[in-house]
Amino acid sequence: MTKVAMTVNGKPVTGEVEGRTLLSSFLREGLGLTGTHVGCDTSQCGACVVHVDGVAVKSCTMLALEAEGAEVATIEGQAAPDGTLNTIQQAFQDHHGLQCGFCTPGMVMSAAALLKDNPKPTEAEIRHYLEGNLCRCTGYHNIVKAIMAASGQDVSVLAAE
Amino acid sequence: MYEFDFIRPETISDAVTVLQDDEDAQALGGGQTLIPVLKQRLAQPSKLVSLAQINGMTGIKSVDGALVIGGASTHAAVAMGAGGYPALAALAGHIGDPAVRNRGTLGGSLANNDPAACYPAAVLASGATVVTNAREIAADAYFDGLFGTTLEDGEIITAVRFPVPEAANYQKFVQPASRFALVGVYVAKFADGVRVAVTGAGDDGVFRWSEAEEALTKEFRPDAIMGLSINPMNMIEDLHGTRAYRAHLVGVLTKRAVAAALG
Ligand SMILES: Cc1cc2nc3c(=O)[nH]c(=O)nc-3n(C[C@H](O)[C@H](O)[C@H](O)COP(=O)(O)OP(=O)(O)OC[C@H]3O[C@@H](n4cnc5c(N)ncnc54)[C@H](O)[C@@H]3O)c2cc1C
Ligand code: FES
Ligand code: FES
Repeated sequence: MTKVAMTVNGKPVTGEVEGRTLLSSFLREGLGLTGTHVGCDTSQCGACVVHVDGVAVKSCTMLALEAEGAEVATIEGQAAPDGTLNTIQQAFQDHHGLQCGFCTPGMVMSAAALLKDNPKPTEAEIRHYLEGNLCRCTGYHNIVKAIMAASGQDVSVLAAE
Repeated sequence: MYEFDFIRPETISDAVTVLQDDEDAQALGGGQTLIPVLKQRLAQPSKLVSLAQINGMTGIKSVDGALVIGGASTHAAVAMGAGGYPALAALAGHIGDPAVRNRGTLGGSLANNDPAACYPAAVLASGATVVTNAREIAADAYFDGLFGTTLEDGEIITAVRFPVPEAANYQKFVQPASRFALVGVYVAKFADGVRVAVTGAGDDGVFRWSEAEEALTKEFRPDAIMGLSINPMNMIEDLHGTRAYRAHLVGVLTKRAVAAALG
């Protein structure tokens, strides 16, 4: 076992991990942050997306030790400490951007990464950016709508489906 | 995954020493291919030697009309930073999805040489040079069949030197489930001739389509390859596409790449 130290949602954390411990396992089992979901464990679905040093990564496809010293942000750090949802989370609720909610942590973290680089994405840019995030419930339409709304854009231009 | 030790050397020579002292040690780039392979227990390295933090393995610079890109540069870094070679930056920006691009690296992609990967087509069509800790390997001498390369055990790709063509374009026909190329064609026009490289199609991996190169060198327009065709016998066939379908796509994508390169 090796010691690992990183910052998660602004708090310094340490733990003991094996070389093979995935970042997703360290977050979920080591730190109890089970908001990061593991859908496929084969790098396909994006349910496990977190930010490492400000960029979106699939935490099931990164070793915990690769995040040594990094700033990690997970879904648990998105709402305010009093539970008030952030703009993206609130937009997902308002626009029914989730059904079972399994993909939602990854969707929200991917959306946050997109809006950081591109504050007013087009519908096509949102769909393209979410290529690595699979949802088996919503049909994506309301997710796209929520992200449009979170970026302060008029969602009435999106065809109702 | 089987257990292994994780090692994070600070220099290229430290990394090479670990890899050469232990034949079961393996380099780790962005892990976007290797970690899934380890999860399936298809490999059992004793040590993973992480190249990501090594000084001098990242960065993009322009040297004598060529772009030199560090072997541990992520696809996202190339998409952002290779503005001096727009066709290459565009290719990098369409590999996989954003999270894959934030981790996966140029060196890892080339060392893996997946028959459907994008970078091998760019390297071969650009006549790039693969720079390792030990030597320089010309693109034409680097790729060696499906998942094969002429890298020695423990040899690390430290950089790739891409000559910048007058015009170039990569057309990727996406296999929507894997987001790799079902077929991809990279066309690069240099002052002394045109090079065409095809990925995703050949049953022996990435290859140059020499008849198309000759025709396009004479006349650089899409119709120059009218009448040329690829022999379907040498194509990959799987549930996503037959040999004949892939052979057909090679022609279509070559024409599209030429049209796009002409702007
Ligand atoms: C969902 C998904 C979609 C993808 N889509 C595409 C796509 O559209 N097009 C595409 O081309 N690829 C695609 N990929 C593959 C991706 O580009 C990988 O990042 C890449 O193939 C491997 O790079 P890596 O840095 O992650 O290497 P790793 O997984 O770390 O390593 C791969 C191999 O290379 C070796 N290696 C790593 N770095 C070096 C080096 N510098 N020198 C020598 N050997 C080294 C390792 O030992 C290992 O054998 C996709 C992957 C995923 C998960
Ligand atoms: S759980 Fe990581 S991509 Fe599906
Ligand atoms: S809401 Fe169920 S998978 Fe997306």
